[in-house]
Amino acid sequence: MQEQSVRLLTLKINGQNFSKAVSPGMTLLEFIREEINLTGTKKGCDLGECGVCTVLADGNAILSCITLALECENMEITTIEGLAQGYELHPLQKSFVEKGALQCGYCTPGMIMGAVALLNKNPEPSEDQIKECLSGTICRCTGYTKIVEAVQDAAAHMKK
Amino acid sequence: MEYNTIGKPQPIISSVDKVTGRAHYTDDLRVHNPLHVKILRSPHASAKIISIATEKAMALSGVKLILTGADFKNTFGVLPISKDESALAKTVVRYIGEPVAAVAAESAAIAEKALKYIDVTYECLTPVIDMRKALDKTENSIHPELKKTTNLHKAVEQNFGDLDTGFKEAEQIVDEFFTFDAVTHAFTEPHATQVVLDGEGNITVYSATQVPYYLHKALAEVLEIPMHRLRVIKPHLGGGFGGKSDPFPHEMIAVKCALSTGRNIRLVFSREEVFYSHHGRHPSRINMKLGYHPKKGITALKGDMLIDGGAYASFGVVTSYYNGVLLQGPYELKNFGFHCDRVYTNKPVCGAMRGHGGVNPRFATEVALDIALTKAKIDPGYGRLDMILKPHSLTPGQFRITSSGLKQGLEKALQSSEWKRKYGKLPYGKGIGVACGFFISGSALPIHWTQMPQSTVRLTIDFDGGVTLYSGASDIGQGSDTMLAQMAAEVLGLPMKMIKVISADTRLTPIDYGSYSSRVTFMAGNAARNAAISIRKQLVEAACEILEIPPPIYASPAIPDSSFDLGGREPDFGNPYLGPNPKYHSDGFTFKDQLITTKQGNKSLNYLDVVRKAMDFQGALQAKGVYLSPKLGGDFKGAGAGLSPSYSFTTFVSEVSVDTETGFIKVDKVTCAHDCGFPLNPLSVQGQLEGSIHMGLGQALMEKMNYSRDGVLQNANFLDYKIPSAFEQPEINIVALESSENEGPFGAKEVGEGALAPLSPSVANALYDAVGIRLTSLPMTPDKVLKAMQQLKEG
Repeated sequence: MQEQSVRLLTLKINGQNFSKAVSPGMTLLEFIREEINLTGTKKGCDLGECGVCTVLADGNAILSCITLALECENMEITTIEGLAQGYELHPLQKSFVEKGALQCGYCTPGMIMGAVALLNKNPEPSEDQIKECLSGTICRCTGYTKIVEAVQDAAAHMKK
Repeated sequence: MEYNTIGKPQPIISSVDKVTGRAHYTDDLRVHNPLHVKILRSPHASAKIISIATEKAMALSGVKLILTGADFKNTFGVLPISKDESALAKTVVRYIGEPVAAVAAESAAIAEKALKYIDVTYECLTPVIDMRKALDKTENSIHPELKKTTNLHKAVEQNFGDLDTGFKEAEQIVDEFFTFDAVTHAFTEPHATQVVLDGEGNITVYSATQVPYYLHKALAEVLEIPMHRLRVIKPHLGGGFGGKSDPFPHEMIAVKCALSTGRNIRLVFSREEVFYSHHGRHPSRINMKLGYHPKKGITALKGDMLIDGGAYASFGVVTSYYNGVLLQGPYELKNFGFHCDRVYTNKPVCGAMRGHGGVNPRFATEVALDIALTKAKIDPGYGRLDMILKPHSLTPGQFRITSSGLKQGLEKALQSSEWKRKYGKLPYGKGIGVACGFFISGSALPIHWTQMPQSTVRLTIDFDGGVTLYSGASDIGQGSDTMLAQMAAEVLGLPMKMIKVISADTRLTPIDYGSYSSRVTFMAGNAARNAAISIRKQLVEAACEILEIPPPIYASPAIPDSSFDLGGREPDFGNPYLGPNPKYHSDGFTFKDQLITTKQGNKSLNYLDVVRKAMDFQGALQAKGVYLSPKLGGDFKGAGAGLSPSYSFTTFVSEVSVDTETGFIKVDKVTCAHDCGFPLNPLSVQGQLEGSIHMGLGQALMEKMNYSRDGVLQNANFLDYKIPSAFEQPEINIVALESSENEGPFGAKEVGEGALAPLSPSVANALYDAVGIRLTSLPMTPDKVLKAMQQLKEG
């Protein structure tokens, strides 16, 4: 490994600015989990394959494990911790809880962030569009059945 | 019966933490100033270690410690009879990915870098990759310490009845050969361990484990630490499915690093390492011979299995037995036998995976049965109905079947799926198929032999009225904490929010064998229920004191002679083991909505007032409940394998579409009836069934660990190891089915594992209905489908 030049990077995460010294190779996931200790975003493969590290960058769902932190300068990053307003859960969070759309919960932050991006862009997604969105994230517990239901349920609530 | 909490959908109690990112998994914990540990793994499937030079790596700034096999004296293994694994390889390596050395350094990057500076000189040997070759005579067996002339690890055999006569009675004999590739758990959370030391010499180990108790014992043994200095805690766990139930090398390594450096330790696997760590389902080659007679059902069943254990023993002896003994249901059977050879090969270790040992032989049996039924021109759906084991019966190997709702379940599933209208009548390319199965609700015999109860649960109520429940059972995502809270909430008439569950912490929680073999609801659930009943008795006494009425007189039951009569005992309050599923309503009170009300006269007391009164006598309230399985089983070799106080039953009816151009199978719909007794939490029951269907579907259609002839795992990542996505999950129709299990907590049995096995054969049988081919090999990939279709065409 080459010694890498370190520079100061400021990222806006969940509305707050964080300034950290980062090397060029640092991923956004490392910045989130290791530099500012927002451990809600999970690391499942570190190769962009499992989707559990999904966060929002300017409203788009991205895989934070294969995104360099430096690429995210001047972007608005949202992690799972930035979704609820105090005790008021986001409709997707509420639906995941009520519909039983989680078991071990490890993929849940990634699933929810992916679904947030979907519903923000497409408030009335078809079942296939929901499945396509979810297919970027692996859930090994639920078989996805209740996750699809939860996204449909949240979409219905958000429309009201 | 009107219940307070059970039988109603309950979101799992940590779900808000899980949707907000607050739930801490092992690698989310931030321990003070840890060293980071990385593991150097073998690049060879079979080689002698000639030398390991660590000087260059040690010289790197920030490297604090390098461990090799020489640093570990003692071996380990989950079964006391086969402790064949060292935390780091000693003189030989036995699979690609085996841990060879470990570096502890100030950062993960430094530790990773140091791995490259460790020089290991190997002398390569010829690996054994093909399980068939493992039975060949050799002078260089993979485990020379066993002093065997082949790589056979374990051969087990049982025979009941008279197979020859059974096959003579048969009208149809099916003799088919089946093969199964390796599949792995693929939980989303990689293995992780963190170790925290304190100034008193105490060692706290946070680990992603299904069984803190086994890990605690193994760490003490391997590292020669007094057990009382250790504490093992399972934080939130990101999926297990059996793959986190062995004590693992990395856990020994992490604690050894902490002890050697005096520093806290952080260790987390990459996804590739998770694949090497494996311990998944054994690849198998199974010959199944089944005799069938239209009036007599299965007249004989004989299985011959060869299963590939990989490099070490793990649960292998149990797996070997389960391959055979889990064929004793769900059909009536007199003449039954099996032989199973488990062999060592130079591949990652196989162990326990959801449906442990029973999944592949179930596929073979259900397909063989389907062949027999269709040859005999018997409807394979309705034809199965008459063969099902009746409740209150014994299997050939003396499994005690108590409750079974399978017959009713199969009838309902066939009706609900419109089987009669569809079977044999769908257009070419579309088909419907059925299969059944059964599974244990926990093993009646523990792995570590003892007469101790299988589960202990402690309950306390203090000045605030809140109930704290302590259990060693591990919530691995299946919702066991929620189930335990439901037990206390139900008995005490309290809202779920008043029950705080503290689980899977070997310092705080009483001993429990952890989460495997689908044991938690039945065993820990019963223990929790018993603890709650005991503490309810204390509250009843206080209530009587307030009301100035005499305390109730509880019946003292006689211990029944027959194991079939153990259900429904009255509580024996002098004993923490209250007998199976004791009734507690005879105490003359109703506990509901934080009110304690007399059944006669309707005098209501506030729960908190009663707690205060009870504390007047004795301070903070506490109670213990245990579960102890009744004595079960026969007196012959291997009689203990598969014994369970109760069995679950499942049937699936699957509907498939086959693309006859590409050979691609799509499972459109699965109708499922699972007998889990009384469903305590319908939301979790559905979730377990949907998850089982997902995992079963993966093995049925796509999942496969691809080994090269040199033993290289070629798909150790999620792009190449294919797992069903949301698109592949079929429409699921769960048929409501309730049976009541007299000995289960509120009538409940297992749901987490049994529902996996019959999925793949139901798909294979549907494939036959769709295009007339019989696949005898999993996964049923498009190439196999096309080839079989071609062969059918050519006759």
